[in-house]
Amino acid sequence: MASDVSDNAFVEFDRVQKSYDGEVLVVKDLNLQIGKGEFVTMLGPSGSGKTTCLMMLAGFETATNGDIRLAGRPINNIPPHKRGIGMVFQNYALFPHMTVGENLSFPLEVRGLDKTAREEKVKRALEMVQMGEFINRRPAQLSGGQQQRIALARALVFEPELVLMDEPLGALDKQLREHMQFEIKHLHERLGITVVYVTHDQSEALTMSDRVAVFDDGRIQQLAPPADLYERPENSFVAQFIGENNKLDGVVEGFEGDEVIVRLADGETCRANPVKCGDVGSETLISIRPERVWIEGKTTPNTTEAQVLELIYLGDHVRCRLQVHGNDEFIVKVPNSAGHKHLVVGETAKVSWDAQDARALDPL
Amino acid sequence: MKKILILTTALAGFAYAANAEEVVTVMSWGGAYTKSQVEAYHKPFTAATGIKVISVDADNPATPIKAQVEAGNVTIDVADVEFSDAVRLCDEGLLEPIDASMLPPAPDGTPAIKDFIDGAIQDCAVANIVWSTVVAYNSDNVKGTPTSIADFFDTKKFPGKRGLRKSAKATLEMALEADGVPASEVYSVLNTPEGVDRAFAKLDTIKDDIVWWEAGAQPPQLLADGEVVMSTAYNGRIFNAAISEGQPLVVLWDGQILDFDLFVIPKGAPNKDNAMKFISFATDTQRLADQASWISYGPARKSSSALVGKYIDGKTDMAPHMPTAPANMSNALVNNFEFWVDHDAELNERFNAWLAS
Amino acid sequence: MSENVPADPHVAIVTTAGGVEDGALTISDGTPLKRALARAQSHARRKAFLLVLPLLAFIILTFVVPIFQMLYRSVDSPNFHDNMPNMVAWFAQNPSGTEPDETAFTALVEDLKLLKKNRKAGLVGTRINYELPGSRSLFTKGARKAAKLEPPYKEALLKIDPKWSDPKLWQVMRSAASPYTFNFYLAAVDRTRDADGKIVRVNENRRIYLKLFGRTLVLSLLITFMTFILAYPIAHLLATLPLRKSNLLMILVLLPFWTSLLVRTTSWMVLLQSQGVLNDAMVALGIVSDDHRIQMMYNKIGTVVAMTHILLPFMVLPLYSVMRTINPSYVRAARNLGATSWTAFRRIYFPQTVPGIAAGALLVFILAVGYYITPALVGGADGQLISNLIAFHMTGSLNWSMAAALAALLLGGILVLYWLYDKLVGIDNLKLG
Repeated sequence: MASDVSDNAFVEFDRVQKSYDGEVLVVKDLNLQIGKGEFVTMLGPSGSGKTTCLMMLAGFETATNGDIRLAGRPINNIPPHKRGIGMVFQNYALFPHMTVGENLSFPLEVRGLDKTAREEKVKRALEMVQMGEFINRRPAQLSGGQQQRIALARALVFEPELVLMDEPLGALDKQLREHMQFEIKHLHERLGITVVYVTHDQSEALTMSDRVAVFDDGRIQQLAPPADLYERPENSFVAQFIGENNKLDGVVEGFEGDEVIVRLADGETCRANPVKCGDVGSETLISIRPERVWIEGKTTPNTTEAQVLELIYLGDHVRCRLQVHGNDEFIVKVPNSAGHKHLVVGETAKVSWDAQDARALDPL
Repeated sequence: MKKILILTTALAGFAYAANAEEVVTVMSWGGAYTKSQVEAYHKPFTAATGIKVISVDADNPATPIKAQVEAGNVTIDVADVEFSDAVRLCDEGLLEPIDASMLPPAPDGTPAIKDFIDGAIQDCAVANIVWSTVVAYNSDNVKGTPTSIADFFDTKKFPGKRGLRKSAKATLEMALEADGVPASEVYSVLNTPEGVDRAFAKLDTIKDDIVWWEAGAQPPQLLADGEVVMSTAYNGRIFNAAISEGQPLVVLWDGQILDFDLFVIPKGAPNKDNAMKFISFATDTQRLADQASWISYGPARKSSSALVGKYIDGKTDMAPHMPTAPANMSNALVNNFEFWVDHDAELNERFNAWLAS
Repeated sequence: MSENVPADPHVAIVTTAGGVEDGALTISDGTPLKRALARAQSHARRKAFLLVLPLLAFIILTFVVPIFQMLYRSVDSPNFHDNMPNMVAWFAQNPSGTEPDETAFTALVEDLKLLKKNRKAGLVGTRINYELPGSRSLFTKGARKAAKLEPPYKEALLKIDPKWSDPKLWQVMRSAASPYTFNFYLAAVDRTRDADGKIVRVNENRRIYLKLFGRTLVLSLLITFMTFILAYPIAHLLATLPLRKSNLLMILVLLPFWTSLLVRTTSWMVLLQSQGVLNDAMVALGIVSDDHRIQMMYNKIGTVVAMTHILLPFMVLPLYSVMRTINPSYVRAARNLGATSWTAFRRIYFPQTVPGIAAGALLVFILAVGYYITPALVGGADGQLISNLIAFHMTGSLNWSMAAALAALLLGGILVLYWLYDKLVGIDNLKLG
């Protein structure tokens, strides 16, 4: 999908920069194309610039430099009320002095729709989120989840092609949040709208999005579908930020075919996949996902001795903390299935991984 | 500890006893006027008798008297009040009667009753000064020289704002005088509905040019600021502003309205005997004459006139600044207290209504 | 799904209450639950009451009692009733409209002698004078001469003053014979009784109180409106600025609070008077000529300007505290939903500030209605409010009953307005912070 987006992007950030105080750039050279009907999530720690990007898109902040285009049209100078973009706010921003019905009717009123058309659309939007009977309630009389649905319905009632969501599920408890993730995903698929979603919760980003843009330090560190992001992080920040990750520090010693030989801190070598490491002699960081490590069983060029430090029983699998190449925090997940060896704390075991799964990245 | 407690209690008790015997509280109008009384009466009285005088000020000392007597909590022994208030408070039984025979005779032996100006001794009040409401002007700001009360009401000849006391009393009399009513007939004219209409009609002619004042300190200030070019005022206040502060203020004696200030003793005064002693001391011939050297109000005793000397600056002769000086009396009106106790409410009501319309 | 169940607290309360009302519930030792609960809570309630007690006593002593005293004084009229026993008896025996005969005048002369003896002539005269101007001296003169009068008394009294036969005088005396009167209230609404006891309006040139009540109402509304217009933008600015800057600005807003009322009022006088700073500046700039300086003081303009300034913080503070709580995302949401910035303000922001406006307006209006020092100093003739006349009757004419009647009417008027306000805005909609 990523390849065909650049040709007919629906939303496009073109070398966008943003500074609030004239001293620090909050957003540094942002380039992002989003296709029509796509669900793109901006994921990153707080202060990474993701919310600023969303606010620039909505029109509440102006870009200091660069263009933002919507359907090919630059929108930098279009005021927010003329952009026709739906938005769900973090705190929902439901108007407290209006009923649910009035809240939904508001965007239609300012667009000059007549009463019957308004009522029809409001009714449909409420039914879409299964809130039909709450039309006469005030926001304060609704639970958090109900308010969330109303906020969603209000963002959709005037049928925008683009909907922005700013951490919309942040205030909900875990169970409700997971449920709403599915509902939003289903609405997106059913209505065919384009969604730009901001969150700092990686599991939310991975479950819902077509593509995820990982933000850090005002830049997109990696833009990729969820599976790619997890399986093939392009730099150590993404590897660290998404999922669990074992790190081994070392120096590049040489290249052999499509593999790199890295001299680790404890003096031994390791073969790895040179994703983003420098030339011979430069420092690197090898990233290995815990589930890509075997204990005993298979032997690879990267097989080494490990001491078992701690075992945590988690039902379906056992989390083992090992000492590998001098790293005390090396985690391996051992499935709790037939045929697997039961480890004992203190014993020494053999661990192995494929050179392809050990990604040599930029040092932190 | 216990010893100290007993000691302090004893001291407090002693101080209280001393207070109860040796104090008299006198309430007056404040400013230069109270100062003149402190210098001429209070200090010599304390020196002569050892009784301490506590001086208290009020906007109008008659007001707290009513409140205190009705509440049964009188703290004032002597108050300095206006004529109509003295009569009214006396009639309402709020004052102690004053025995005129207790007052000291004149130096030549004339009994007090004969030595005081007519009306200066009442059932419950003894006058100390004669003051007057006069017209004053700022000679720097007024174009020409006003000579009569009629000029005050003539804004064509003498353009500029006028200051007037926000009260029917004195204002209505002056309006009639300016309209050509001789001083001797003012009250008989004002006693008729037509006369009242005539006074208000005269006031109407300058209504838009009037700045109203309420406290006696205001007119000298308004005149000095140039906020008004002419104003009614209490003659003593103008004298003080002109002589001691050097303001270019001039008193126009034509049409002045004379009034008394009187000493009264509120009913139930805590130091009634001291109060009586104070009043007879303060109203003797010399004391009254002495006060005149601090402020230009006339003594209420005939025998004091001859003793009036110079102002405290040592060079201003006080006699021509007295409201009672013969030259100033040519067209003077004496305030008719009886008229005002009868018509105060009615005329002030109409006056307020006229103001508001 | 949990979020689909409406969170209705009332449901829970009803269930519990039903359980208690059955009367079957007891605690382990057999005591009914209700009584056990009351016993357990009585200690806490007693403690709460003791904590409130000092304030309660203070308010009763300094607020409730004086108000009732004032209301009582406005109808209390003991002077004639207590000091003229013979006249009171005669009025009791003879119905209204009876021509005063020799017995009446005999009673009158007996009472005048009593007045002389007790020195109460002024008191009674003042009471009659309130309703029939010019009759005070009738009583003081009459009392002085009563001892020497010979029967027939009617003739003798009329010889002193023919006014003694005035039917209006007798009507006034009859109404004053009752220890209670509503005539002060009549006077407070520019009404009086004629010789037949009928209620009529007073002579046109003495009508003032209704006019001043009206002016007080109009000026107070104007001042409330002015404070609202001025306070709204500044409160909005305060609420949206970062806390450090807004604190500094807030100090500037509160500065007038820390300055004496008199100082503030006199500084307005310095600024606004015709020889004042503002006029001097305008003359210097050639906007007005020296002979036509604008009169901004000693009239309504002065009263409105000075009072608006003095009462401004009372509008800013409630507005600020309400605006502070309004999340900026509401306006953003409205803009995002397609509203222009004006529509977003009108439909979304403004309605949410209404509780603050309501609180500020009520505060400013009630304070303005009772204001007295500022209009007295800068109001001149036509900037006076009803409270200035109350003060006049308290300190000038010493007619405290009239002052009490006016104050009671003012209090009643405010209560009526408060009730109307409650109907229109809803007192529970107020937010002071």
